[in-house]
Amino acid sequence: MSAGNRVWRFGDAVNTDDILPGKYAPLMVGEEAFHRYAFAHLRPEFAAEVTPGDVLVGGRNWGLGSSREYAPQALKRLGVGAIVARSFARIHYRNLLNLGIPAFAAPDLVDVLEDGDRVRLEMERGKMLRLHGDGAEEVLDLPPVPDFLREVLSEGSVLAFYKKHGRFPGEDASSPERAD
Amino acid sequence: MSAAAAHDASARWPSAMPDDPGFDVRGLTLAERILSVKAGRRVRAGEVVVIPVDQVMMVDSIAPSALRIVEEELGGVLQHPGRVSVVVDHVAPASNVEVATTQKRLRQVARDKGLRLFDVGRGICHQVLMEEGLARPGWVVVGSDSHSTTYGAVCAFGTGMGATDIALAMVAGRTWFRVPETVRVRLTGERPAGVAAKDVALEIVRRLTADGATYASIEILGADAFGAGERMTLANLAVEAGAKVGLVAPDDALRQRYQVPAWLEVDDTASVASTLEIDLSGLGPVLSVPFQVDNVHPVGEHLGVHVDQVFVGTCTNGRLEDLRQVADVVRGHRVAEGTRLLVIPASSQVLEAALADGTIATLVAAGASIGVPGCGPCMGRHMGVLAPGEVCVSTSNRNFMGRMGSPEAEIYLGSPAVAAASALAGAIALPDARPDEGAGA
Repeated sequence: MSAGNRVWRFGDAVNTDDILPGKYAPLMVGEEAFHRYAFAHLRPEFAAEVTPGDVLVGGRNWGLGSSREYAPQALKRLGVGAIVARSFARIHYRNLLNLGIPAFAAPDLVDVLEDGDRVRLEMERGKMLRLHGDGAEEVLDLPPVPDFLREVLSEGSVLAFYKKHGRFPGEDASSPERAD
Repeated sequence: MSAAAAHDASARWPSAMPDDPGFDVRGLTLAERILSVKAGRRVRAGEVVVIPVDQVMMVDSIAPSALRIVEEELGGVLQHPGRVSVVVDHVAPASNVEVATTQKRLRQVARDKGLRLFDVGRGICHQVLMEEGLARPGWVVVGSDSHSTTYGAVCAFGTGMGATDIALAMVAGRTWFRVPETVRVRLTGERPAGVAAKDVALEIVRRLTADGATYASIEILGADAFGAGERMTLANLAVEAGAKVGLVAPDDALRQRYQVPAWLEVDDTASVASTLEIDLSGLGPVLSVPFQVDNVHPVGEHLGVHVDQVFVGTCTNGRLEDLRQVADVVRGHRVAEGTRLLVIPASSQVLEAALADGTIATLVAAGASIGVPGCGPCMGRHMGVLAPGEVCVSTSNRNFMGRMGSPEAEIYLGSPAVAAASALAGAIALPDARPDEGAGA
């Protein structure tokens, strides 16, 4: 059995400058290096220690602030498997959808998940398993996914959806809006 | 009109908006009205719509990623290149070879694709688009910068997005939105002298909190006595309450400056998520205290805190009226020993006007440094980053930890007048409390 992935727990109002400070933007430090500065101020050990599939848990208003997509892009580069928070800031949430990083507004999960927990994400089943030291698996429910998001996630991201279908999720293929 | 605004007719598309949308808009909020007219049908909060965009704006720090997605993922062809603006403002002029190289490439791509390019020194994206008439009442404007809510000052549906959304909007000529609920903010009472638009905007953020308007449209009523620039300050900070857009209700002043379609007006019968009433007569000067924008307190609670740097500028408060307020406070005085006053006009037009009317001369005589129009040190990249332990009073919009440089620096956000007074005192101060004769000279 897999040992699962690590939970990294953060507080409320984790902003985009926390996730990736502006001075470490790709424009400043290069496309190949910027992800190494994820959480450079808030949690300097993060970028070196995170492993692919790890889950970030935050409080209210995760991702407030800038529209900088390179902040979640840095997390994607580092292989972050999902973000669970009480709530998400709007632009950042769109960026997560576009990059295909699963994001769950799930206060119930935030209440129980601790830093250093081992978990396994089973998105098809809508579950997250918390793996205990004695081998026990605790089954936690992920929140239901709205139709629009289900359509997005079916292709992995909004970008992937558009590339495949030539339209946006939820957009009628014969929609008059497309004539423009 | 500038050369750039005249550059092609599609720039102002669709300036002739229908006065009759062809369906009943009664009972709809401003956000619902704009998105309904774009969608060609009546839509309400909660629905998802895919609609054409009138203008796409990209800044130098995001445009390279967005254009790479366009080329590598989406086939490289833009729906309406004439409706895309590129503004080099976030690191302008370039601070190192890496940035210079990226910007050199960006200029070439912008030329090749026929995009409108506003290069180093023209100013901050939101200020420039407004000056160029590239955000207009009823338009949908998407920008690669979160403070794109600023366009709500002229009741354009302006909102920020990331690189992928911007790339998709350029290629598709349209984008998707969840139609937002509306949080209505009604300003009442008379604004006392000494209370800036910034103080009002910060009060809105304090009352709503940093996530109180997440996903929502903030509809601002009662701002008739606020000038065009002040409305930009109000709309600009809407995003600091989490809002998708901050729409200032159209009034006669707006109708004098722009063609405003008849359907674009506030409907008191529209259903809104909540209403916040703010009595302006009860407000005073405030500061947003480290490290959260909604951590707003009266200036009086923080008097005397030593200040190393004062920064006046940004899309929030870098306009002529802001610079004039600073000049009014510092005229005939000197910035305190041990404190730096950095003033960065929001655009080349602002700089020209501030030169012409003597504002710049007043500021320089008082000891201010004047920067190249652009974002300056707002996001901690150049032209005034902060050292550990330093304190900055800034007229900008974010005071997050590490925002302007060291994570051990502190940023207080306030109005231009409070910033100016603090520069003279070398410590957080109110504009009335001038230093003693000779103390700072």
